[in-house]
Amino acid sequence: MTPQPAKSEAVGGIGRRLAGHRLLWPTLILFALLLGNLAFHHDFFSVRVRDGHLYGSLIDILQFGAPLTLVALGMTLVIATRGIDLSVGSTVAIAGALACGHISTAAHPGSVATMLTAVALALGVALVLGLANGFLVSGLGVQPIVATLILMVAGRGVAQLITDGQIITVTSGPYKMIGGGYWLTFPFAVLLATALVALTAFITRRSALGMLIESVGGNPAASRLVGIRAGGLLALVYVFSALCAAVAGLMISSNVSSADGNNAGLWIELDAILAVVVGGTALTGGRFSLGGTVLGALIIQTLSTTVYTLGVPPEITLVFKAFVVIVVCLVQSPVFRAKVLRRRRTTTPRSHTTAGAAPQQQEVRA
Amino acid sequence: MSTGIASAAAGLTRPFATVSPRTRTRIPLIVTAVLLVVMFSVGSLRYEGFLSAQVVLNLLIDNGFLLVVAVGATFVILTGGIDLSVGSMVALSTMLTAWLVESHGWPLATVMPLVLLVGAASGTLMGWIIHTFEIQPFIVTLAGMFLARGLCYTISTESITISDPTTAGIAQTRLYGPGGLFVSIPVVIALAVLVIAFVVLHHTRFGRNVYALGGNESSARLMGLPAGSTKIAVYAVSGLCSALGGLLLTFYMLSGYALHAMGMELDAIAATVIGGTLLTGGSGFVLGTALGVLVLGVIQTVVNFQGTLSSWWTRIVIGALLLVFIVLQRLMSGRRPAAA
Repeated sequence: MTPQPAKSEAVGGIGRRLAGHRLLWPTLILFALLLGNLAFHHDFFSVRVRDGHLYGSLIDILQFGAPLTLVALGMTLVIATRGIDLSVGSTVAIAGALACGHISTAAHPGSVATMLTAVALALGVALVLGLANGFLVSGLGVQPIVATLILMVAGRGVAQLITDGQIITVTSGPYKMIGGGYWLTFPFAVLLATALVALTAFITRRSALGMLIESVGGNPAASRLVGIRAGGLLALVYVFSALCAAVAGLMISSNVSSADGNNAGLWIELDAILAVVVGGTALTGGRFSLGGTVLGALIIQTLSTTVYTLGVPPEITLVFKAFVVIVVCLVQSPVFRAKVLRRRRTTTPRSHTTAGAAPQQQEVRA
Repeated sequence: MSTGIASAAAGLTRPFATVSPRTRTRIPLIVTAVLLVVMFSVGSLRYEGFLSAQVVLNLLIDNGFLLVVAVGATFVILTGGIDLSVGSMVALSTMLTAWLVESHGWPLATVMPLVLLVGAASGTLMGWIIHTFEIQPFIVTLAGMFLARGLCYTISTESITISDPTTAGIAQTRLYGPGGLFVSIPVVIALAVLVIAFVVLHHTRFGRNVYALGGNESSARLMGLPAGSTKIAVYAVSGLCSALGGLLLTFYMLSGYALHAMGMELDAIAATVIGGTLLTGGSGFVLGTALGVLVLGVIQTVVNFQGTLSSWWTRIVIGALLLVFIVLQRLMSGRRPAAA
């Protein structure tokens, strides 16, 4: 995840390289938010070990942010192909409902085998849901918003059907581990999320896959003409997004030891899109930054935590998020930059050329 | 795998290749009409008291607000855009009305124009951002969705019940017709909106611009049509319709609540699509949207009549229908599926 400088950039000073780095702004925002919290709670940064577990506000942010990070991870690749996946919230609910439903009716709810079957069941169904989305988008050419909207609508119904409209509570040690357990003093959810992000980063950046995805997002027709199997790649990113959402759903339901078909993952698709966009991945597709997405997810989670600690009604976060979405999208919009930030650009023609060239070189490396 | 899917889709398209494009775009509408008749027939065979004129009118009474919102959504979808903020705008309108009337004692006659103005203004603002900064409509309206829902909570997190006599009086008025059949005032308003929308879309220059913009934006622009102002106007229409829908919902519920109309944007889009409007824009029927609303209403009614079915079945069936109609449209439109 650490940024590696491109060779041609080594000419510029370290300061300029840092200033031009894509992850600079998200990182600064995250630090500003964390410092803002410190002003209200002086022990905000303290991390202690209690009962062999790490404990503290920062750890809470990481642990509660893990599901969002995963959903945003899947969303990043979908958005990189110029798509969008609105169905992740429903997939979260369905995965949690299936797993908890299976465990609550199993003969040995506390056994590892039951937990593994529940996980396999949730992931299997997520695979099918992802394939359905992928088929609609790549096979039938339906717009991604619409294709995934269907599952978004019907999925909540399906989740409630599985839970029979109730909240299923489970008592299973192994299942509790996924979202609420600790391993080597670290929250297991954080380790799992980190591992999945690292694996995704490795696969997309150390093989051609990431570039192929960006190519399909940048120009689908041209990609097809140069022989990239755009359809298969598109289906793949939707399957990946569904699987990430399912793991997030397992974490969420495991953390509270219950599945709620109606409220699990509600509005998480919006948070995930926000995380991706704040992290610097443009909604127009063609490029993505996994590091940015992780930072984005942490920013969103910190924002939510801040609102809770300030005692503001949590619902009002929606207003903040709305402003953040609009501002970030405006800043990303080339037209907005041309119209509003034109003055700044013309006075520094140098930065114009470097700003144009630098992101493309960093693309493959971030 | 993708080529397999693509060729399968192309194979499915072939049987319709001989049908004229004009008829082809009407097929979803015909399917909807047939579906409506079939659902009604099956319903009336299965359930006692299902087949009565009042049940049909009740569909309108229970879904008048959705009809108004869906008519607004039809304008936006005809231009190839999408408005995800409508459900939240409906909730905000119920909240504003209830708050101003109940907590501040404002007369309803002042509150109603104000709420409509707020709806139209926020629609205009979203349309302006979409057009001026060329940001995708869904992200702007998604932000609008957050904002409106959040603003509801800043007014109150609790439901505000309306006891104002004027509002309650309008809500409880029944307009009786022949045979003891009745409708409510919101039904009349909703039908009026439908008629106005029909006239505007099919008999005015603005309506033609809407279709042209959805058909091909750059050609519309090259022909000298006011693409920008049309685009902003459809979002203004959608905002206005959501606010009006919100007022009608206030009469229906006699309360304002931040959780009202959850997911109504999806119902509005579903009604529009089931009514034969292409999501890619440029082709569709606002009267079809009314059929779509009736289909959704009948599903709800069947679920209610069945009794053993739980309410979540409604959402599953709506989702499944949306799926069927989108796939149907895709096959009918006869276009080569785009890669993205």
